[in-house]
Amino acid sequence: MSLNLAASLYLISGILFILALRGLSSPKTSRRGNIFGILGMILAVAVTFFSVDILFNGFIFIICALAIGGSIGAIIAYRISMTAMPQLVAGFHSLVGLAAVLVALSAFYNPGAFNLGTLNNIKTASLIEMSIGASIGAITFTGSIIAFLKLQGLMNSVPITFKGQHFINLLIGIGIVFLIVYITINQSDHIFWLLIISSFLLGILLIIPIGGADMPVVISMLNSYSGWAAAGIGFTLENSALIITGALVGSSGAILSYIMCKGMNRSFFNVILGGFGIVNSTLEKNKNRKPVKSGNAEDAAFLMKNASSVIIVPGYGMAVAQAQHAVREMADSLKKNGVKVSYAVHPVAGRMPGHMNVLLAEANVPYDEVFEQENINNDFASTDVAFVIGANDVTNPVAKTDPQSPIYGMPILDVEKSKSVLFVKRSLSPGYAGIDNELFYRDNTLMLFADAKKMTEEIVKSLN
Amino acid sequence: MEIDPLIFRLSIFVLSIFVGYYVVWSVTPSLHTPLMSVTNAISSVIIVGAIIAAANLSSGASFELSNMFGFVAIFLAAINIFGGFLVTQRMLQMYKKKKKK
Repeated sequence: MSLNLAASLYLISGILFILALRGLSSPKTSRRGNIFGILGMILAVAVTFFSVDILFNGFIFIICALAIGGSIGAIIAYRISMTAMPQLVAGFHSLVGLAAVLVALSAFYNPGAFNLGTLNNIKTASLIEMSIGASIGAITFTGSIIAFLKLQGLMNSVPITFKGQHFINLLIGIGIVFLIVYITINQSDHIFWLLIISSFLLGILLIIPIGGADMPVVISMLNSYSGWAAAGIGFTLENSALIITGALVGSSGAILSYIMCKGMNRSFFNVILGGFGIVNSTLEKNKNRKPVKSGNAEDAAFLMKNASSVIIVPGYGMAVAQAQHAVREMADSLKKNGVKVSYAVHPVAGRMPGHMNVLLAEANVPYDEVFEQENINNDFASTDVAFVIGANDVTNPVAKTDPQSPIYGMPILDVEKSKSVLFVKRSLSPGYAGIDNELFYRDNTLMLFADAKKMTEEIVKSLN
Repeated sequence: MEIDPLIFRLSIFVLSIFVGYYVVWSVTPSLHTPLMSVTNAISSVIIVGAIIAAANLSSGASFELSNMFGFVAIFLAAINIFGGFLVTQRMLQMYKKKKKK
């Protein structure tokens, strides 16, 4: 296949990827979009097969690697539970990162294969491109592994901070830049390995101080990095499909990080520097606790049965307790009783962007009953009951009233405006931000102390 | 003086960032998780580099280090491609309009 034809077909594959993302603007077009994405990938792989001189032995090995990897991927895709999506995506990011490192290494050792010159005599521009690609890929790899371990619970998600942490990161960052410059001068493979190892280390150090509810930002950020790594390799290979994809993924991850940060009213750097909620947690604990009203499932069922409208506010706690199916059953029985039910989702509910929506979709909640914060916040004032399950900080009115609070300014769901609030929670313990929720002590709040799933199931029983 | 081809690639890159910016902002927030899994799948198009790396034997017919890196990269990218697209499809199936009872 001629190089020009191949380049044109790669461009088409890039366009198909753009259409894949475009399809996600609505659930109706999203499945067609995914098909475009798959076609783009098949096209890119086919073009590559036709444009390389390939020996029969090599071909067999490539097909084997594809088949084994593909089967593993397919099995994972069908088995994974929706609650575990964040760690799955983190794990997948690490693979893209490592693949970028390997392709860069391969190009470094065998530049002839990629038309980049000969060993130890690689074009300077290509050296810079592959070094950047390898470095970002390496950061993505180890960073994603740490994120995976934290999300999977294999590593404590409490932020790990130590003195001089940011200074060390800065030093390594500067060191990486120097190594890249040095590589362009002497093309030593030892230095290239040193670059990769320093980047591995930086990836670990960047992610360990970030934890818990900041995970949505981390995942989006690593998503962005994996894109920039792919783009770096795309420049090395002079491949437009890779450059387009890298740019798309890079900007997508960056936008998601921005949306997540805005959802918490925190600057990107504030999140990256980590250690949120440590300073303030002790301050609030000594406050005199006012009495709270607590109730049981029958009380909750009675209240909701006689309401004309109910808004359900799900949070990560619902996902942990696997209560989403019970919640949908509850909504179904309420609807049978003529109650209008809708769901309010905060941008940072869950452990990754849009996580709560997927969990609700899995439990067969129709997507047109699920609303984003900005579209439903005004409805709370005219709602009889707000049913908060597994959410905490995102409902705390203190974000609007107390400038001293660490979450001051964070956009919250105005649940306190509804006539009564049902709050399902195990205890009065504070949420991730380490602060007390004023909502617990309000007169119109009824606390339901129990496991989210058990409580919801009991409510369903009382409703029927 | 001729224009360096690098400039053309840079143009594609910068324009794609803009395309990405507008396309991603138009993605509905309820589909942000599928967005992440599908971007993950498409970024595995890095497999084209891996195939070139694996297929080209620089000298003789024996596999060298660079080929081995290529094979491993193909394996990793394949996990991602199949896993990413299939899990996205699985999620999107859940967003199908349910018939009201």
